[in-house]
Amino acid sequence: MCAHYARSVETSPTMAECGRVDSHTMDKSITLPPDEIFRNLENAKRFAIDIGGSLTKLAYYSTVKHKVAKVRSFDHSTKEAASDKLYEISVQEEVTARLHFIKFENAYIETCLDFIKDHLVNTETKVIKATGGGAHKFKVLIERKLGLKVDKEDEMSCLIKGCNFVLKNIPHEAFVYAKHADSEFRFQTTDPDIFPYLLVNIGSGVSIAKVESEDKFERIGGSSIGGGTFWGLGALLTKTKRFDELLQLASKGQHSSVDMLVKDIYGGSYGYLGLTGDLIASSFGKSATADKEFSKEDMAKSLLHMISNDIGQLACLYARLHNLSRVYFGGFFIRGHPLTMHTITYSINFFTKGEVQALFLRHEGYLGAIGAFLKGAEEDNPNQYSWGENYAGSSGLMSVSPDMYPMQRARSGTFDMLEMDRLDRQLVNLPLLQEPSSYIPDTVDLTEDAPAREYWLFCFEDALDGVVKRAVASQPDMPEAAVRAEKFRQKYRHKLQTLRYQPFAYGSLTVRSLLDTREHCLNEFNFPDPYSKIKERENDVALKYYQKVVKSLEELSWEDRQFALVRGVLAGNVFDWGAKARPWLVDSYDQWLERLKGPPHKCALLFVDNSGVDIILGVMPLVRELLSRGTEVVLASNSGPALNDVTNGELQILTERIAAMDPVIQSGLRDDRLTLVQNGSSSPCLDLSRLDKALAMVVRERKTDLVIIEGMGRAIHTNYFATLSCESLKLAVIKNSWLADRLGGKLFSVVFKYEVPAGKPSQEAAVLTP
Amino acid sequence: MRHRRDSREDGETSGDTCRKGQTQTMTSSFPWFGMDIGGTLVKLVYFEPKDITAEEEQEEVENLKSIRRYLTSNIAYGTTGIRDVHLELQDLTLCGRKGNLHFIRFPTHDLPVFLQMGRNKHFSSLHTTLCATGGGAYKFENDFRTMADLQLHKLDELDCLVRGVLYIDSVMSSGPSECYYFENPTDPDHCVQKPYLLENPYPLLLVNIGSGVSILAVYSENNYKRVTGTSLGGGTFLGLCCLLTGCSTFEEALEMASEGESTRVDKLVRDIYGGDYERFGLPGWAVASSFGNMMSKEKRESVSKEDLARATLVTITNNIGSITRMCALNENIERVVFVGNFLRVNTLSMKLLAYAMDYWSKGQLKALFLRHEGYFGAVGALLELLHPS
Repeated sequence: MCAHYARSVETSPTMAECGRVDSHTMDKSITLPPDEIFRNLENAKRFAIDIGGSLTKLAYYSTVKHKVAKVRSFDHSTKEAASDKLYEISVQEEVTARLHFIKFENAYIETCLDFIKDHLVNTETKVIKATGGGAHKFKVLIERKLGLKVDKEDEMSCLIKGCNFVLKNIPHEAFVYAKHADSEFRFQTTDPDIFPYLLVNIGSGVSIAKVESEDKFERIGGSSIGGGTFWGLGALLTKTKRFDELLQLASKGQHSSVDMLVKDIYGGSYGYLGLTGDLIASSFGKSATADKEFSKEDMAKSLLHMISNDIGQLACLYARLHNLSRVYFGGFFIRGHPLTMHTITYSINFFTKGEVQALFLRHEGYLGAIGAFLKGAEEDNPNQYSWGENYAGSSGLMSVSPDMYPMQRARSGTFDMLEMDRLDRQLVNLPLLQEPSSYIPDTVDLTEDAPAREYWLFCFEDALDGVVKRAVASQPDMPEAAVRAEKFRQKYRHKLQTLRYQPFAYGSLTVRSLLDTREHCLNEFNFPDPYSKIKERENDVALKYYQKVVKSLEELSWEDRQFALVRGVLAGNVFDWGAKARPWLVDSYDQWLERLKGPPHKCALLFVDNSGVDIILGVMPLVRELLSRGTEVVLASNSGPALNDVTNGELQILTERIAAMDPVIQSGLRDDRLTLVQNGSSSPCLDLSRLDKALAMVVRERKTDLVIIEGMGRAIHTNYFATLSCESLKLAVIKNSWLADRLGGKLFSVVFKYEVPAGKPSQEAAVLTP
Repeated sequence: MRHRRDSREDGETSGDTCRKGQTQTMTSSFPWFGMDIGGTLVKLVYFEPKDITAEEEQEEVENLKSIRRYLTSNIAYGTTGIRDVHLELQDLTLCGRKGNLHFIRFPTHDLPVFLQMGRNKHFSSLHTTLCATGGGAYKFENDFRTMADLQLHKLDELDCLVRGVLYIDSVMSSGPSECYYFENPTDPDHCVQKPYLLENPYPLLLVNIGSGVSILAVYSENNYKRVTGTSLGGGTFLGLCCLLTGCSTFEEALEMASEGESTRVDKLVRDIYGGDYERFGLPGWAVASSFGNMMSKEKRESVSKEDLARATLVTITNNIGSITRMCALNENIERVVFVGNFLRVNTLSMKLLAYAMDYWSKGQLKALFLRHEGYFGAVGALLELLHPS
């Protein structure tokens, strides 16, 4: 005991020094790189600030100009069309709305305010919404520095507004913490209906709120034993001043030397009640003596257990009383600290016997700032839009665990950012999802699957040179493209590095999130569509073969044609088709063929993939066959560019061109039996829980009874296991040997997955609930 | 299952259910002890027969006599053993015998001294069964055997607790009322202790505050369940006080607490909001963060040990109050009985609990207390000796 005590005394001054260096020397000398922090300040408006005990969170709304690739059909009625180009590709500037949230230590607040003032060019903003315990303390400073009037907002209602916002807009916002699992963070699929829930905010005290809807919440209770008790009592007991240091002490301690355990009273377990011997019977029960020294570590640990257990117990009692099963924890006591998340989780598990899970939020620290911001931005009505986390501009979840990877140690004490882009379209669930609340788009969770993570991170890093080259090549007229591409490379490589050590940074790590992050980074450096020219060329070539392909298909017998059509879609998806003998890796073609002999489907929703051969010679012939059968077709393509996927803009032009050659397509368009919709996404993968609202409406109106998903990104990396309430067809060729191996096949294995919902005869699958 | 009121109408108390004729043969021979070995204190109840006949007197072995004399003629044993004379129940009829019930306690860490004494007094020669409950009955079973040659009859502590509470409440007819409450708990000037007639006790929430806390919902004499418990109990109060103030006894800690001011240590709602937090109906005087002011170095340096002791007492007490209140709501029980040695000479905590129950439940919940606070487990053990269930 004594040796232990002595050691802790030795180490603590060093730690305290570190703390001092952080907060006192850096605040004066810090220079803020505008490229990285407080971005887009020129147009910033609607500021909000949340000042806590040690961290300040600033929020503002800004507009971002960025380049977007647009395609425009040439006017074929004039001679101008003599050009050999299929369509005109132009890069235009588009202005989109972005929310910026920045978190920094209170020590930097003055520097930051100065910086903002200097960079704020023109703003109509007159007030700044403020919340948090420190808002009062810094009121005068803010008003003087920014010349804005501070408008205080209630903390609790800001937290809840913020909480609703992140739960609605950020997939994988909430997670369960499991210390000893393969991945510490187990992200939750977002139930489209986020209400009701319990929010337990552990600040200096504890507040417990029941949230029933966007506007309805009630503070149902609380406790005075909270983070302030841990900090205050901890400081008295251990003479350690900083909260983080107290947690560090606790992480090294043994509570059993301070606490009286059941086994200290019983000698073993209290079998009759099923209380195990290691259970704490009396916190600090062993320290009721004057003649014994206790180590700081042990006392801190005991204190942490005492407070976490107490909060967990109260949370459970409130959850039970109000019959709530979703309980989110936030506040500075939690704030990403693995230790407190662990002890709270343990407590909740103990008291509810696993019936209630303790849930934590990736952006917990930002809730107050987001809420305050939303209160000030009501006239812009941010809640009317869907927002998406920008992976390029957001820091991601950082664990503050002391033995974490060095990169983030260096980052703590600086700045953390969250950026959210306003999406053009409002996103909703595909109405045909069997169980929206349990739908998981991704097939492999790389957060949990270490070998898969290893492989894919390597894969993306390996492919980076090629992507950079392609990006530069896509902008031959822009000499600075090489510099930008280099910046892109650094940014994306840095993201990959971070994800290697903190795969949970942006929620579950998946092939989709790796692809999306790359797209976000490319956009960040103004490479909106590196594949635009390639796509155009391929589309042009494919169009020239369209009639020939259609003609040869027409010449086939019905049965041969059905097979050829399927082969066409699969072949268009891969460069080297070769002879793929059946049975395929996954092969339900026979059932599909049987089904085709039956009555036509009412309406097919087709999620398309690549440009060129795939869409024109693979998908379009299938579309015309479906139309000929009497099935309406909805073609869903990406809203924005991703790799060589065909975008909605491109597809519009291509379809017109095909319609000019093909009366079936033409009449389909004319009679509104062929509809083109955008899917609301710019990803090479597909998240059926975040689709364009208009698409969902069409799907519902047309009583869609068949969903076809093609390509590796949409049918294998995502949605391979998705269950729909109607018939579905998932088609892909596996163009990656690792993945093929995983699925038990070889490179270029074919997946043909035709599924009919269980217990539903396929004929009746058309019946949809409105 | 016997209902207490029924048994009274039968002309006997529930404790007096020994079948006549059986008494002498079936029940144990003297001495009659009940023991509760807790994490901090050992509680011992001893029945001193006052109706010993001359014949019996003659038969009574010397060892038994000596034990009786030792226990009844002293009020302190060794350096730490104490007989709570004010709690003694006189002229009690137990299993057909008249006598006095004595209440004795000593710290659990002095159990070896007790065992040594038992050995010196040749306790084992009496061939009595020693009924014991509490965790120590299990933990020290072996020590009883090896050090004092005594065989323990181990009993569940919650069974004993419930039995003891119901018994003591039923036999208290004369003298000060066993059960009491505080009238006007939210008005310090008019808050007074009043007797309470626990006539129809069920259902009741029984909160036992020892080193830790157990909360039971009692629906009838034989039907109860442990609702929950908390490790923040009397042991926590004393343990933290010892660390924070250097004190070493419960009495010392309470004494300091009575002189301190917790508002210097705790952060109140008004410290944050300048007054009431009206939006959520939180009064300014409510504690927002226990020990919250101690986050500041200056304030840490300005508080006294007494303030810290008071804050510890208030923190632990309020927390028990708040968990109890939630349990009462969840179990839909309006009457709460607080027992356990944490409440011994601790009017401060009792008033706080009475206040908290009344205020936060808007008068719905009533906090009740029992004079024999910490002895019910031991009483239950004694009853088990006389009437095995």
